[in-house]
Amino acid sequence: MAEEKTPLDRQTMCNRIAMEFRDGWVVNLGVGMPTLCSNYDFGDTDILFQSENGVIGYGPLSPEGEEDIHLVNAGGQHVTLVKGAAIIHHADSFSLIRSGYIDVTVMGAYEVAENGDFANWKTAGRKGGGIGGAMDLAVGAKQVFLALEHTTREGAPRLLKRCTLPVTAVGVVTKVVTNLGLFDVTPEGFVMREIAPGYTPEEVQAVTEATLTISPDLKELRVT
Amino acid sequence: MKNKVYASFDEAVADVPDGATFMSGGFAGIGVPRNLLMALVRQGAKDLTGISNNTGGQGEVVDVGKLVENGQIRKMVCAFSAAPHPSRANLFEKLNEQGQVEAELVPQGTLAERMRAAGAGVGAFYTPTGVGTETAEGKEHRVFNGRTYVLEYPLHADYAFVRAYRADTFGNLQFRRSQRNFNPVMAMAARITIAEVEEDIVELGELDPDSIHTPGIVVDRVVKIPPPPEGIWDTPNRRA
Repeated sequence: MAEEKTPLDRQTMCNRIAMEFRDGWVVNLGVGMPTLCSNYDFGDTDILFQSENGVIGYGPLSPEGEEDIHLVNAGGQHVTLVKGAAIIHHADSFSLIRSGYIDVTVMGAYEVAENGDFANWKTAGRKGGGIGGAMDLAVGAKQVFLALEHTTREGAPRLLKRCTLPVTAVGVVTKVVTNLGLFDVTPEGFVMREIAPGYTPEEVQAVTEATLTISPDLKELRVT
Repeated sequence: MKNKVYASFDEAVADVPDGATFMSGGFAGIGVPRNLLMALVRQGAKDLTGISNNTGGQGEVVDVGKLVENGQIRKMVCAFSAAPHPSRANLFEKLNEQGQVEAELVPQGTLAERMRAAGAGVGAFYTPTGVGTETAEGKEHRVFNGRTYVLEYPLHADYAFVRAYRADTFGNLQFRRSQRNFNPVMAMAARITIAEVEEDIVELGELDPDSIHTPGIVVDRVVKIPPPPEGIWDTPNRRA
């Protein structure tokens, strides 16, 4: 009997992408879903979380009632500092971001294309947008990972041949996790490395506009 | 050294004219000069251009949004001009959709660097941020060492409103934790910088010169935030 189809929940998606962080990395987590990456148990792996507002080295969320009124991460959540943390101002913070001191940024997105473009600041038909620090992080971090649902609520694909929305940056995405799998973005386009339990590659391809290359080592996606 | 202490926020913002450009510090609700912004609401200057990370909150939140509600804002230069979903649109976003206010949307790092350039006496700079996006359209591009950059110009202001933790009477400032954010670069980018200060303003010599985040020579006025309810103090951000 076929295994039951189990799309990944958001925490599992973020746990899986967090498994890609390497010892000593400086990591920036985007607002929303990516902040869940900090819940992953890194064990002895040394990860330093940085946020756009100049906090280098933040730890878990503050317990309720023990918030430091002057300290938040980029999502406005009251966090704690780790021992050895440092605080700098916004222009210096983005200097670090642009000049490659951040090893990886994990962001959410509306769309990602097989050429590594992605879109996450403006939706169709609206005048304004919310760029925040996304454009700076996208061009400055050594790697850009995305965590997003595989399709829109209406079922439209988000992994595309080319982005349809205004892009955040061009050709920068290296890895994508969705509720259906883990994908590398390579010069040959999306390569599916891991797949959600119970799904076949054909079923994932059917809800993907871009043509997927299936890794010869395709595995079921598991968090370890 | 000059004593820059003002007795009230109302006196500190009294000379802001119609049409002025101001910067307002703060990020994610921390380091926001709430008392100065409310004084500017009472003062009533119109046709203002605001430079801030976002265009303000709604309801009970005291920030640049109060100036939007009061019809004092003509334009905002910011990194967020719309909420992620239209259902969460604030008043500024609605007015922008209707063409009643103007927005210049700038990537956050470029926003901060444009302020730094203004405060640093730099004529312009090239950044890799935004290349290939709408924000770089119509701007000069140049290739250095094989990488493409876009030309951006300094962002000056008539006034900067900042919130600090400690100050002395000359206006030397210290910030605490992520309260610092845009505040020091804004203080240097504006012609007149006004600081609201949380702790009692101390005499000259009481702050360690090695631990000053913003030197008093770029600060023009300092006001101690009075206890509540007269002064506006922060409460923890709500949990998501």
